[in-house]
Amino acid sequence: MIEVKNLVKKYGNHTAVDNLNFTVESGKIYGFLGPNGAGKSTTMNIMTGYIGATEGDVIIDGHSISEEPGEAKKHIGYLPEIPPLYTDMKVLEYLKFAAELKGIEKGKRAKAITNAMNLTKLTDVSHRLIKNLSKGYKQRVGLAQAVLGMPEIIILDEPTVGLDPKQIIEIRDMIKKLGKKHTVILSSHILQEVSAVCDEVMIISHGQMVACDTPENLEKIMEDTSKITIKVKASKKDIDGALKDIMGIDKIEYKNSSEQDVVEVIVTTDVSVDIREKLFYAFAENNLAVIEMYSYKMSLEDVFLKLTSGNKKVVNKVKRAGKSKKEDKSNKKEKNEEMEDEE
Amino acid sequence: MTAVFKRDLKSYFSSMIGCLYIAFIISLVGIYFSFYNMKGGYPYFGDVLNSISYIVFLALPILTMRSFSDEIRTKTDQILYTSRVSIGKIVMGKYLSMVTVFAFPILVLCLCPLVISKFGNHDFKGDYACILAVFLIGCAYIAMGMFISSLTESPIIAAVITFAILLVLQMMTGITSFIPASEFGSFIGCILIVIAAALIYFSLAKNGVAAAVLCVAGISVLVILYFVKGSVYSNLLPSILNKIPLTVSLNNFSLKTFDVTAIIYYISVGCLFVFLTSQSIQKRRYS
Repeated sequence: MIEVKNLVKKYGNHTAVDNLNFTVESGKIYGFLGPNGAGKSTTMNIMTGYIGATEGDVIIDGHSISEEPGEAKKHIGYLPEIPPLYTDMKVLEYLKFAAELKGIEKGKRAKAITNAMNLTKLTDVSHRLIKNLSKGYKQRVGLAQAVLGMPEIIILDEPTVGLDPKQIIEIRDMIKKLGKKHTVILSSHILQEVSAVCDEVMIISHGQMVACDTPENLEKIMEDTSKITIKVKASKKDIDGALKDIMGIDKIEYKNSSEQDVVEVIVTTDVSVDIREKLFYAFAENNLAVIEMYSYKMSLEDVFLKLTSGNKKVVNKVKRAGKSKKEDKSNKKEKNEEMEDEE
Repeated sequence: MTAVFKRDLKSYFSSMIGCLYIAFIISLVGIYFSFYNMKGGYPYFGDVLNSISYIVFLALPILTMRSFSDEIRTKTDQILYTSRVSIGKIVMGKYLSMVTVFAFPILVLCLCPLVISKFGNHDFKGDYACILAVFLIGCAYIAMGMFISSLTESPIIAAVITFAILLVLQMMTGITSFIPASEFGSFIGCILIVIAAALIYFSLAKNGVAAAVLCVAGISVLVILYFVKGSVYSNLLPSILNKIPLTVSLNNFSLKTFDVTAIIYYISVGCLFVFLTSQSIQKRRYS
């Protein structure tokens, strides 16, 4: 388990990480999401002990990274943004060096290296110089180094950047495989990747955590209106007639469809109202043929853009939702207090 | 520590830098040895080594320039600092690997007195004392080069700065003859040094009050001393500066004196810079 407490990192006058707090539970895949310069890499570098924090601390399995670095680092495997490869070494040679550096016992080193190479499919290139490998293979060597000795926590900083689609899928599968036994934290600005791979998403912006939840929950929380798109074979007048009796509609928009005699209607309602069934019957009663009907779902991409745009209203909403969720789980006492406060 | 040591040592030989340095030193000393000792029949190898030692030292930057700057540039330092090995041990591993490369030509030089001994007059004690002194001075300079390398991410800049400092140290006796030896001259010189120290402290610690206090206190001590016992300042700066270069005491060894003070001085300088290197890395991590 990792606990990040009040983490602050300043570079001169610039604050890269601003009072960051979060907890990472074992056995899950976490996605660290944020625009460029949000402080993802800095946070990861502090968590792994590469750089020191200006304030705050990171506790890994009960060991502080600043006070007991040796014990804390034992539990972590790290693949930085640029894989730390000595290009004048051969793959096997490099992994042997990494194993020794990580303090893996002499008798267990060979097995650990074979395991890591099998997992990352490096066996074929084990005797080649790293400088002659392709970018994808270099990334794999970096990954093999991170999983060497199978540490409990594996931290990956943008593991799929610069890879071709096939390699991206391979690396993602590898991460999913790792996530079954290990805690994996990966950073990315590719939203698809995070929603495909991760159990929980942490969105940070300007060095601060703006949201932490499962991808599905985040999508749900962010939706304040629900939109239903319907394609109907009728004129606008007929549709207006059919819709006028339905309660709860906030807005009706029309769009010209590419198909002949078909009108596309977008109906907006409050998120708490579900009018899909009513819509079906209304059109049926009026003998209007519904060709298509689907409700628009907010994607993680929209969530991300909304959260990182700096809109405080949105951020507060997510924070409130996150808070109440935690309270549901832990204790009712605090909840009562908050309600009193609100009163 | 051994992991870093082994990797660096291997890298010196796979990248040719180590081989190049060793070949350069051996061929250079070999030429002088064959001309002076073999052809000229001069039996003291220590003297010959002393006279060409400056080239041995001036070539050291090619060995030290990449030690840390290359790691910073290629970001391979991330695997080192996120591993369980402490920074002190990483620094020691790197330092020892460079010392080992430097020890190869020195070991070859150890054969020269043996060759001389086959042909008559020889002075083992003097010759080997000289070789030991050259080795220890080299180790101290390697530590200094490593420290400079840890300050920058460009190996070239590290090499140029190290070379410049070594050159200034070699020419120190010539430089000090330009520095005024009078009481007033040394007094002004000392004040300038205090001001420079305060400025350096300010740039590192960003504490204006402490730097000002340091500056004012230092200057007032110097002023009081100047008026109470001005004779202290006579020839003060030149004599201090003349003692700084490590190679000055090398003459003692070739004059058949085993200078223990000098040996301790070399080792202390080496230790100081190894320590400063680990401090400079820590500072980089926290800034």
